[in-house]
Formats: sequence, structure tokens, C-alpha cells
Amino acid sequence: MNIVVPIKLVPDLTEELEINDDGTDLERDFLSYRINEFCDHAIEEALQLKEAHGGTVTVLALERDETDKALYTALAKGADRAIKITGVDEAAPTQAAAKVFCQALDGIDYDLVLTGVQAADDRDGQLGAWMSSMLDIPHISVVSSIEATSGGGSDKLLVRKEYAGGVMASFEVSGKGVLGVQAARQMPRYAPVSRVRQIMKEAELEEIEADDVDVSTGTTVRRMFTPEKGEGAEMLDGSAEEIADRIVAIIKEKKG
Amino acid sequence: MSSNILVVAEHVNGTIDDITFELLGKGRELADDGGLAVALLGGGSDLAGQLGKADRVLHVDHPALADFNPQTCAAALGAVIEQARPTLVLVGNTSVGMDLAVAAAVQNKLPLVAYATDIVIENGKTVATSQLYGGKVYAESVIDKDAGIVSVLAGSFPTDAGRSDGTPEVVAVTAPDGLDGGTVTFKGLIKPEGGDVDITQHEVLVAVGRGIQNKDNIPLTEELATALGGVVCSSRPIVDNKWLPKTRQVGKSGLKVKPKIYVMLGISGAPEHMEGMKDAELIIAVNTDETAPIFEHAHYGTTEDIFDLVPALTERLQ
Ligand SMILES: Cc1cc2nc3c(=O)[nH]c(=O)nc-3n(C[C@H](O)[C@H](O)[C@H](O)COP(=O)(O)OP(=O)(O)OC[C@H]3O[C@@H](n4cnc5c(N)ncnc54)[C@H](O)[C@@H]3O)c2cc1C
Ligand SMILES: Nc1ncnc2c1ncn2[C@@H]1O[C@H](COP(=O)(O)O)[C@@H](O)[C@H]1O
Repeated sequence: MNIVVPIKLVPDLTEELEINDDGTDLERDFLSYRINEFCDHAIEEALQLKEAHGGTVTVLALERDETDKALYTALAKGADRAIKITGVDEAAPTQAAAKVFCQALDGIDYDLVLTGVQAADDRDGQLGAWMSSMLDIPHISVVSSIEATSGGGSDKLLVRKEYAGGVMASFEVSGKGVLGVQAARQMPRYAPVSRVRQIMKEAELEEIEADDVDVSTGTTVRRMFTPEKGEGAEMLDGSAEEIADRIVAIIKEKKG
Repeated sequence: MSSNILVVAEHVNGTIDDITFELLGKGRELADDGGLAVALLGGGSDLAGQLGKADRVLHVDHPALADFNPQTCAAALGAVIEQARPTLVLVGNTSVGMDLAVAAAVQNKLPLVAYATDIVIENGKTVATSQLYGGKVYAESVIDKDAGIVSVLAGSFPTDAGRSDGTPEVVAVTAPDGLDGGTVTFKGLIKPEGGDVDITQHEVLVAVGRGIQNKDNIPLTEELATALGGVVCSSRPIVDNKWLPKTRQVGKSGLKVKPKIYVMLGISGAPEHMEGMKDAELIIAVNTDETAPIFEHAHYGTTEDIFDLVPALTERLQ
């Protein structure tokens, strides 16, 4: 089974996010990027499928800060190919990225595309869904289990999709598909820094220049904003002991 | 121009999901005199009895739609939109909606705004507010065209406003060709296994998130829960890590809880977690990041470190 995994670098959510002067996007100059956590799950699941059934794993990413590191890390974990796509604007909408990835797929022999289930930084739905519609193959999102049903050369997959309340649906997929991975069968593996360094010396990333894609989303951001400070929680200050005293008092009052 | 709104109904096992009532309530408010229709894909037409808030139910009936199937339902929704030509399609930003919204955007050539928590119509144009970056940023998008799709995060609107005893007109929409020849087949539903503890039945919950750092620290939170007379629940990563069973997960793909007291230890407050607990009566959040979105929703908050605060709390309660 040959699997393609498009991965995304997203702003680090543990840092403070600022809005630009226009008030229509993030101030991107000082953002630090890291791999979207669900992409790590997609890579892990792809590697698990390859280890069980053979085939290859190809990881794709648009060029951003940190793209090289993310791609080398994927190689260090066991991916066979890592391709960096240049020439796509950071603020490009998901559907533009989807078009670019579909173009890249043209030269790749693939059976399955695994994406992360979602990324927190865009407003126009899932890349996997856009790709599937453009490729005219099915898409299933919120997937937390993938099994190949009849051995290595099989093109049948048993896929579990999560609904609310812990309920899951299972589907059989024959032929190509795009799956949005919520959780891999085990937590994503870790690539030791020494191994990543070694790969950086031994391997080179493949590079593709994106064709121009002209995409109009039909929507315009007129305002981006962070929630008003001070509207939410009453913040408790002081030493750990003082705060503990306050919390105990608040809870006692509530319990009555 | 008046709005003509189409709500995409979600149903599992013959039950209409709450998100549908949220969308119907909001749809009714936005529709003014333009009409409110529901797309019912599969399911019996008897489900229409629950959809009385709408004027019309556009029902596509076909064996391949009996249970949700991303491939067949996407095709059927395309046919409904084609026939109804709504100015606004409302779909849940749910597991089901995530498969349908983009497919409809492509098939019916409509703009899409996802992750919406609010929608208004201004001068005939739809304006949707999306919650992005794990709840840290909001974006207001204008749909530039006369028609579009908005996918709405569950929990954004009250469900009550969408329920009604009325019986809407049911209009049969012809199923598109090719539903039988698909490459995705529904195989069955898998119910969650019952756990040792039913977190939905407890008045006091101590919720543990990734801030707890590793499995060995879970007992610390269990001691606090016991001292409070409650039990431990968690965010999703804790369950994915297998530090706690799935039955303890609160949120979009976990359980919905409504306890009297919800103490959160190292949870950032992502929308998918909030979806499961935002109706808790008293929310106290412990998180070292003062910009964590949870502080917008909690009643009380502290940036004290879990590992300094929790022992002090437990000691006082024992
Ligand atoms: C389709 C879908 C469904 C999902 N369903 C669910 C669901 O049902 N439930 C759910 O919870 N999530 C769900 N998620 C995942 C969700 O998006 C978030 O990834 C998740 O809720 C984050 O969990 P967290 O807050 O524990 O971790 P993080 O977001 O990593 O937050 C950890 C927090 O701990 C704080 N912290 C770190 N150290 C300390 C310390 N020593 N003391 C105090 N604070 C500390 C940090 O500041 C940080 O804010 C879903 C996602 C998707 C895409
Ligand atoms: N610009 C992008 N570059 C690479 N991968 C992407 C991009 N956008 C989305 N993806 C993939 O799609 C998943 C879901 O992200 P999104 O579609 O942005 O919600 C991510 O986890 C990636 O696997």
C-alpha cells in the first residue's frame, strides 16, 4: 500500500497570537511554527500500515519555517520520501493547498492519502475533503482505526470513524481514498535528535515548485480578533496556599 | 433579498442529533420570510415529525443512505441543494458535517466558512464568525456571493429554539444515480463499552489534561477527586495516551457532562473539549498559560502550577 501524507506546519498555540494592523490575519512575522499534532498521528498510522503490509510512505509539505525539520523528522521515523513544495503563500487558503497537493500526486503512485483530521488555523474546511472532491475519490474524516482487510496487496480497508459519545461507525473502503486521521493506533513515535541529524546529512529533500493556482474562496475576512480579556474567569492570585484556600472556600459554598 | 435556508439534518440510529435542532433554531431566526427547509438524507420520513421547526423536509430515500455514508450522503446532499437552491446551507461542524460541507462546496460551487459559532445576515450577505487556533482567535468572514455554506460548531446555539411539534411538508427528492456503485460501504455502528465509572452521573469532576505530563501523575488527581467526593475525567490526549479509559473522555468525541463542579487541571480549553462541559455549573481552571482559552469560559482561574496547587488543595480537603 503506497500512502501519501500531506503535513502542515501551524502556529504554535502555546505562544501568544497577535493580530496584524489590518485586523484581518495573524501578525505572521514572529510566529513560530510546529507540525499540526494530528499530522503526527497521520504519519504514525501510515508507518504502521507500511510496517504491517509493505508499500511506501511519502510525506509532502508546503515550504514554511520548520518544514525541513518536519520532513527530515518524518524520514527519520521511517518515511520513504519527503517532498517540499515551494512557491505557495503562507496565507493561501486550504483549497489552494489542496490543488497544489493534487498536482503533486500526479507523479506519485498512491493508494491512500492520510491527512490529520483538522488544523486549527483555517476557515474553509478540511484539506483532505477538498483533495478528495478534486480527485473524485471518497473522504472519511475523524478516523481512529484503519485495517487492511485481506493482506498486503489488498485494496480494501476497514475504517472506523468517531461520532459523539464514544460511538463509532465502521466502513469498508475499496479503491483509493482520503482519510482524516484523528488518532493513530498508538501514540506517534519519537525520532531521536541524533537520528534526525544523521538523516539531514545522508538524505536530501525532494523539491517541487508549485504551479500557479488561482483560487477564489468566495469569502473575505473582515475582522480577526482575540477574545476580550477580563470577560472570563475571575483570576485567583497569591501563593499556592492562598489560592488553595480560596478554591476550597468557593467549592464549599457551591456544595452548600 | 430574503434568505432561503437549508439545514442538513444528522441522525444516527433513528435519532435526530442535537446539532440539527441548534441549526433549525438559528435557521428559523435567519430565514425571516424566505423559508426554512431541512435536507433529510436517508432515515425514515417519520423523522420529519421531529423537524417541525422547518417549513419543508426534503427527503432523499435510498437503501445506500440508510446509515450515514460519506460518499452516498455527499452525493444526495448535492442533489438536494441543486433542487432547493438555498441562499444559505447550515451544516454541523461535526464528524458527519466534516465529510459533507466541503463535498457540497465543490459539487454545488458554493463558498464555505467552517468552525462557525455565530451567523448574522447583513444586507443580504451572510457573515459568519469562526473560532480558530484552538479558541484563541475569532474571524468574521463575509460570504461574497449570494449563496454559501456555513458549518457550525456544536454547542453554538440553543437546541430548544429548534424543537417544535409542528409537522412540516415532506417533499421527496429523487436520489442521484450511482449511489449503489460506490466504493465506501457502511458496515455497522460500534457502541462504547460501559466503564467502571459513569462520569455523566457525577456532580463533581476533576478533569485532567495534557498539563499533567505523564501517567505517573494521574494518582495525584485521583486523590483530589476522592477528597472532593468526585471522580476523574479527562481531555482527549490523556485517553489517546491510554492513561485513562475512553469512558472518561469529555468532549466532542467523548461524553457530554453537566456537573455541579468541574475542576480542570492542565486543559487548554479547545473548542472540542468545551463542547462536552461548557454547561457545568462551576468551572475552576488551573493552567500555567495565562492566555489559555479556558480562562474565557471558566468561572474561576489560576495560573498556579498543578504540581504546586493540587497537593495543597487535597490536603485541605482531606
Ligand atoms: C474531531 C475532533 C474531536 C475531538 N474531540 C475531543 C474530545 O472529545 N475531547 C477533548 O478533550 N478533545 C477533543 N479533541 C482534541 C482537541 O482539539 C484538543 O487537542 C484537546 O482538547 C487538547 O487537550 P488538552 O487541553 O489536555 O491539551 P493541550 O491543549 O495541550 O493543553 C494542555 C494545557 O496544560 C497547561 N499546562 C501545562 N503544564 C501545566 C502545569 N504544570 N500546570 C498547569 N497547567 C499546565 C498548558 O498551558 C496547556 O494549556 C478533538 C479534536 C478533533 C479534531
Ligand atoms: N497547507 C497545508 N499543507 C499541508 N497539509 C495540509 C495543509 N492544509 C491541510 N493539510 C493537511 O490536512 C490536515 C487537516 O488540516 P485542515 O484541512 O487545515 O483542517 C492537516 O493535518 C494536514 O494533514
